[in-house]
Amino acid sequence: MTWQEIYDLLDVGVRETAWMVGVSALLTAVGGLLVGVLLVLTGAGGLLPLRPLNAVLGLIVNVGRSLPFIILLVAVIPFTRVVVGTTIGTDAAIVPLTIGAIPFFARIVESALREVPPDVVAAATAMGATRTQIVGKVLLREALPALVAGLTITVIALVGYSAMAGVVGGGGLGDLAIRYGYQRFETEVMIATVVALVVLVQLVQMVGDVLVRRLSHR
Amino acid sequence: MIEISGLRKAYRSRRGSVQAVDSVDLTVGEGEVFGVLGRSGAGKSTLLRCVNMLERPDAGTVTVGGVELTGLRGKRLRAARHGIGMIHQHFALLSSRTVAGNVAFALEVTGTPRAERRARVAELLELVGLSDRADAHPAQLSGGQKQRVGIARALAARPRVLLSDEATSALDPETTDSILRLLLDLNRRLGLTILLITHEMTVVKRICTSAAVMRDGRFTESGAITDLLRRPESELARDLFPLEPVTAAAGDTIVDITVSGDEADEPIIADLARRFGLDVRILGGSVETLAATRAGRWRLALPGAPDDNRAALDYLRERGVAA
Repeated sequence: MTWQEIYDLLDVGVRETAWMVGVSALLTAVGGLLVGVLLVLTGAGGLLPLRPLNAVLGLIVNVGRSLPFIILLVAVIPFTRVVVGTTIGTDAAIVPLTIGAIPFFARIVESALREVPPDVVAAATAMGATRTQIVGKVLLREALPALVAGLTITVIALVGYSAMAGVVGGGGLGDLAIRYGYQRFETEVMIATVVALVVLVQLVQMVGDVLVRRLSHR
Repeated sequence: MIEISGLRKAYRSRRGSVQAVDSVDLTVGEGEVFGVLGRSGAGKSTLLRCVNMLERPDAGTVTVGGVELTGLRGKRLRAARHGIGMIHQHFALLSSRTVAGNVAFALEVTGTPRAERRARVAELLELVGLSDRADAHPAQLSGGQKQRVGIARALAARPRVLLSDEATSALDPETTDSILRLLLDLNRRLGLTILLITHEMTVVKRICTSAAVMRDGRFTESGAITDLLRRPESELARDLFPLEPVTAAAGDTIVDITVSGDEADEPIIADLARRFGLDVRILGGSVETLAATRAGRWRLALPGAPDDNRAALDYLRERGVAA
């Protein structure tokens, strides 16, 4: 296999992985924030204590967290077919990736929000702030550096998950490594894939670190 | 300005319940600086948090500026809270915002328009002497500066009442002094009513016009400082002006006298000696400048048994200083 061929394969693989990870990271950010905020608000001592809702949410999150991703991937196939219309390809892979990552990120959001000192929340309450103001201007804003750091971890986990999605026809770098590197013994492709993954993860981590440093004023 | 009656609050835990505040009555007049002194765990923090409903009392009523707060919820409670500023021991500033941003936050909460916010923030920072640090983040400030931001923020909505939760406890003595001076200044210039809790006697000494001592959820004594000083059994007076226990020489009469306000400038002891021809000896005592007045307390020894000194004692009582 020539370098040009390897380059072409990698080019497609990286684009597919970036697409899968990018879209599912975006969906995860929104979904995880929502679930994480709800977990904190409805929890004991929260701004809107609702025991039953909190218990149900916690259970769903824990179920999602306890399934190994490869199992989840297969388990949600019927749902994927309903949503995307197919179970093969990068678009189809986005569904299990998002479902797998939301509980993961939701817990990170929850713990980041709990790190905001209680007397800061009390101070806002004493000023007469509404719940919406407290969530938006105090909790989320104060936790922003931790949230960005958490999202970085989540995106990197998604890169890993996306390789597994590749196995069941999701495409991307994982697919490449399995089909060429493992099944056809193309060691060069395998090495190239590994290097591409390392670079990708490094880039994500670097961007995350820079953002956290910019946002943090502690 | 603040009227609390029959306030009770208990905390339930697995080990049973703790009565944090137990039947407390308290009145703070307009423009007064009222200090609640007590050790940690005495319930003073809970008491303070009940004033703006950060904690819901189990029983009793809290009225601030004529508005009964215990019955309020939602929008009307938030509106009432705009009129009550609060400062905190650990400042409770938003680390993500600048000094100006922190003050502006209080104005955003009250729905002040942006243009007006800017002017008001500048005015408040000027008031607390932090105009030059407007763009700094809290992490770049000293403790005293952080508390000044806290004070500016608390005053943003022009409250008539300020609650202070151990506001100087995390500060060194000099910084404590400057913050107390600022509070006293705001009290005088803006007519701000201040209710503060503290475990530091100096705070009461420096700025309070009235005080209460709290223990196990109850007030053991309470009143205007000048009145408390006259009560021989007052712990506060004893702590403010510690008198060493003395072993009286046989045949002497020991008298404690307390003077405050204008009396503090009168030559009482000299008077006593002159009028009754007594060899008055001072065993101990001190004169202090308190928030409102100067006050002094002495322990004197008069030669002879109490019966022999009846006239002198009557004279002291008449002048309202004997104890």
